[in-house]
Amino acid sequence: MTAAHTEDLFRYALRLGDDSLILGQRLGEWCARSPEMELDIALMNTSLDLFGRARTFLTYAGEVEGKGRDEDALAFLRDVGGFSNALLVEQPNGDYACTIARQFLFDAFDVAFMAALTRSSDATLAAVAAKAVKESTYHLRFSRDWLVRLGDGTAESHDRMQAGLEEMWPFLHELFEMDAAEQRLVAAGVAVDREALRAGVEARIDEALTEATLTRPVDGWQPVGGRRGDHSEHLGFLLAEMQWMQRAYPGSQW
Amino acid sequence: MSKVNWPLWEVFVRGKAGLSHKHVGSVHAADAEMAIANARDLYTRRSEGVSLWVVPASAIVASDPADKDSLFEPADDKVYRHPTFYDIPDDVGHM
Repeated sequence: MTAAHTEDLFRYALRLGDDSLILGQRLGEWCARSPEMELDIALMNTSLDLFGRARTFLTYAGEVEGKGRDEDALAFLRDVGGFSNALLVEQPNGDYACTIARQFLFDAFDVAFMAALTRSSDATLAAVAAKAVKESTYHLRFSRDWLVRLGDGTAESHDRMQAGLEEMWPFLHELFEMDAAEQRLVAAGVAVDREALRAGVEARIDEALTEATLTRPVDGWQPVGGRRGDHSEHLGFLLAEMQWMQRAYPGSQW
Repeated sequence: MSKVNWPLWEVFVRGKAGLSHKHVGSVHAADAEMAIANARDLYTRRSEGVSLWVVPASAIVASDPADKDSLFEPADDKVYRHPTFYDIPDDVGHM
């Protein structure tokens, strides 16, 4: 492996880990606050699936980097600018409809992404993806079901679901963004061509929106930058809560 | 704020193929589909099963606890209803 390839692979594993970690943390904020006890369990199950995935990706990133950083060092000791998650996953929970909108857009993408990643020439990434694709299929079933319930529910639930969708929609596009490093990894058979997933994912989304009697938001503002560490102001607050204990008591363990 | 709970559903899990579904508890859900999803998340997250049934709790007909003596106690002294009460003739072999 050349040094350049190692650097690309490190960044790739890192951003996959960051997407899972930050979304898992966001969902975790619902713990004991969900609208129903059953939904509390459901959201925490999804959160824990994502944390499990984050651990594997970040551990792998640390191994590839070869500088002795483990999953904890990568999760708890990087600052905002060092995180490479997509902007979508750091967006605040809002109300339950808003959380469902964020989750649905992520899941619709993630099912297609993980299915493609199972064909990666990198054995570790392919193995994580094989496990993740089953989890994500259920996550999508859950979030899509709620999107339809709320969209095709009462006048209030419809309006909230539409509002949540409008809130999260601009951040969908970054999930399809390819940078030079990912393009090199696609050529090497390691990474997924995100752009190639777009048509299928959007068709899946449109179909659900129709069933949910929701209106597809107009494509306008399409912020990017998460992959290179340019984050919204929300991520810092999330990290403060997630990281404070390791910062205050370095090396502490359960 | 008044809170209306979703209807209650009783949950049955089949531990593995060949076993019967066992009652494991209940969930709240707005409809059958949601009940299956909630039951999955609540009762199979540690690989407890391979199949789920959900039944509206209102559809369960239960015996009256007050009838316990008349319904169940008469069975207590009928040992001959248990197969262990009988000697199996040798030429029957394994039953």
